[in-house]
Amino acid sequence: MEKRFKVSYFLNFLGVLAVFFLFVLLFENNAFGRSTQYIKGISTTACYTIIMVASLNLVVGCMGEFSLGHAGFVSVGAYASAIVSNGLTGKGLPDIALFLVALLAGGIAAGLTGVLVGIPALRLRGDYLAIVTIAFAEIIRVLFCNLSITGGGKTMSGIIKLSNFYWSFWIMVVCITVMYMYVRSRFGRTVKAIREDYIAASASGINVTYYKVLTFTVAAFFAGIGGGVYAHYMTAMIPTNFNFMYSAELLSEVIIGGIGSITGSIIGAAFLSSLPEMMRQFSQYRMLAYSVVLVLVMIFKPGGIFGAWEFSLIRVCERLTGRKGGWEKNRKKTEGGV
Amino acid sequence: MTGTEETMPVLRAQNLGIQFGGLKAVDSFNLEIGESELVGLIGPNGAGKTTVFNLITGVYKPTEGSFYLNGQSMNGKKTHQIVEAGIARTFQNIRLFKKMTVIDNVKAAMSAKLSYNLFHAVFRTPSYWKQEEELTKRAEELLQIVHLNGKEDYEAGNLPYGEQRRLEIARALATDMKLLLLDEPAAGMNPTETEELLEIINYIRDEFKISVLLIEHDMSLVMKICERISVLDFGTTIASGTPEEIANHPKVIEAYLGKDDEEVEKDA
Amino acid sequence: MTFSLFFQSLINGLNQGAIYALIALGYTMVYGIIRMINFAHGDFIMIGAYTLFYTIPMMIHAGMPAWISVFLAVVICAAVGVLVEVIAYKPVRRAGSMSALITALAMSLFLENLAMVLFGAKPHNVQKIFDLPSVNVLGVALPLNVILTIGIGVVMMAGLQIFIKSTKIGKAMRAVPQDRDASILAGINVNKVITMTFAIGSALAAVAALMYCAKYPRVTNDMGSMMGLKAFIAAVLGGIGVIPGAMLGGILVGLIEIYVKLFAPGWYEAITYAILIMILLVKPSGILGKNVGEKV
Repeated sequence: MEKRFKVSYFLNFLGVLAVFFLFVLLFENNAFGRSTQYIKGISTTACYTIIMVASLNLVVGCMGEFSLGHAGFVSVGAYASAIVSNGLTGKGLPDIALFLVALLAGGIAAGLTGVLVGIPALRLRGDYLAIVTIAFAEIIRVLFCNLSITGGGKTMSGIIKLSNFYWSFWIMVVCITVMYMYVRSRFGRTVKAIREDYIAASASGINVTYYKVLTFTVAAFFAGIGGGVYAHYMTAMIPTNFNFMYSAELLSEVIIGGIGSITGSIIGAAFLSSLPEMMRQFSQYRMLAYSVVLVLVMIFKPGGIFGAWEFSLIRVCERLTGRKGGWEKNRKKTEGGV
Repeated sequence: MTGTEETMPVLRAQNLGIQFGGLKAVDSFNLEIGESELVGLIGPNGAGKTTVFNLITGVYKPTEGSFYLNGQSMNGKKTHQIVEAGIARTFQNIRLFKKMTVIDNVKAAMSAKLSYNLFHAVFRTPSYWKQEEELTKRAEELLQIVHLNGKEDYEAGNLPYGEQRRLEIARALATDMKLLLLDEPAAGMNPTETEELLEIINYIRDEFKISVLLIEHDMSLVMKICERISVLDFGTTIASGTPEEIANHPKVIEAYLGKDDEEVEKDA
Repeated sequence: MTFSLFFQSLINGLNQGAIYALIALGYTMVYGIIRMINFAHGDFIMIGAYTLFYTIPMMIHAGMPAWISVFLAVVICAAVGVLVEVIAYKPVRRAGSMSALITALAMSLFLENLAMVLFGAKPHNVQKIFDLPSVNVLGVALPLNVILTIGIGVVMMAGLQIFIKSTKIGKAMRAVPQDRDASILAGINVNKVITMTFAIGSALAAVAALMYCAKYPRVTNDMGSMMGLKAFIAAVLGGIGVIPGAMLGGILVGLIEIYVKLFAPGWYEAITYAILIMILLVKPSGILGKNVGEKV
């Protein structure tokens, strides 16, 4: 079984590499003419949105709980990374190192916030947890509005534009990979058990609070990294950018893409984040359309468009080469567990 | 390493009780279970049997009394800590991880035993693969014991009722417990299934040297398999002893069947 | 702090609190019946406010007394509430609280963005319906508007309480959350009860809109969500599902907000949210609510 997984990881890496080179080819050859830079920008937007949406999917899909305050973690990551990069600039660090350090700082800051919020908040479930996350995110927003280092309620600008597409792409790949590995390991399995029945999970020796807070923190960490990429792309931001509306948007993207499906998050986020840019003149209809799609999805396909289905390159290859059941023939299902 | 070890009971419940407002759901519950002993806990519906289970697995905090596992006090400990210490249970109303596969249900209970951390998981180190393989092997063994081998990848919620109960047992076994609490494991089973269950319980008791506390309504199963029985009614222990003693105990008969005809006529 | 400042703030706090209380009543009613937090409830107020914006001048132009426009707003809000319920909430009612929550959220977004598309993002100003004078009490100007707001709130609450306790429909409203299947067996038309609950809740939102516009005539498309959230906090604080709780919670939140604003104007919102977190962690059933555990 291990062999099949390693083959699958290698295949996926090749696939990602191929996609990357496709992008390089298109952009370096100005395939879109004068809009090339513009499309490059949208693609960068898609990259950080994918990270944010996938991280939220850890909470919603894996843990089965709502967070309507995810924008709070994003903002912590955004501001922390901006402060660090502002502080370290001009000290002789190559740009890529500066970027990575800033992002890491953003992620860690957001992760710490995740622990602080998670420990009290995750005692609640369902509706109440959702409301509490909104409350925490709002408190974070008020905090940033009152601190001078974050602009004191006004726009914080002058952030170095470190987020170019190529770096953002690979950062996104790394983030998604780590999140995927987390879900497809004993951690993901444990959290899914908690989602199914927390009393039975407890009775199976699982420390429910620990795993819930851990997953929440990991999600917050990546939200922070996404926020860092955001900050260094937009180069300016204000706390009200990260309000409840933004959290709701992220949650909508998770749900529409597919609860529990990383594939769904990628495609959903990529599509939904680039859509408003491409439909600039319809921007005021964007959230309207979102909400209608959301209601329709809830009524007709509550698990989201992709549900919990994951795209699997190795499955495609197996089908194409006629090797049914894969390299090891004693497994019926290919999902679940490791 | 001598006398004291041998005589220390696996479970010792001492005057254990819980009061909800004005209602004493369990009152002064006393019980000692030794190694490899199979004890039954019976009584009419609502007597407090599941409440006793909830007390000794930390779901409820006792309002009086205490209980010890191999001499160690378990009062106030959280459920997962008690499970780690060595008490596992099944549920009256079956609580499986319905949307997960059969084998994942068992693997989920082995989480506490696994030691690979986040780093190993993320980077898929050799240590990760080795431990996951051991996990899978162990889970398959346990499933074989409860006669569910071959169904590893089925969705747990799709199993027939009797098999779901057996899966719960396998999951409890996965925690490596010293004391297994079974809450009405034969409920809804036909005689053939009950026989199979009996074999399984005897097997695990002999093979793993574990103690078992069994709540059951199926009297034939209880009489056949239990070495000792405690009887609860309205939260209090009304009798305790061997199956023969219990079967003929007047208070037990009264609790289950109500008063004798003559007594009823006297009251009329 | 001078006495007049204290008293002025008290009046402001009570006014704000009464508005929150009216909104909270709607939340608590719906939650009490179908155990669902109607995220879109705050937006019904926005609808009520926009309706008033159009109907008040219409009434005045037609030579009718301005307060008839309130009835119009009530009717329209109730209609919208019922529509939302039937189109969006009913299909997902049995699907679980996750679906219900998301659908409510989606409806909230829909209403807000629909309003933005229809009315534009610029704030509108609602004409005052009644302009009551201010009375001078203890050296402080006491606007009678405020007394009216509080009075209407109290009347609404009392009326609702009587309705729930004494009428047949009210009893049905109490039976449904206890055991839905048993209610059906007892002959209660559950769908009708739920629809009626939404209608009443939304109608209350219209009245709340009136009271709000009397004090803050500015109407925007996003006024509903933040107010709704604060009113929700009020409902939870007082005890969600308990009608007097909504009143109590609303007044408390209003007072706390105004007084905290005096001392720490940049942070007063954070305090309100912190209160919510505290309550949910310490006593989720709220001040007047009852605790219901889970059977193992």
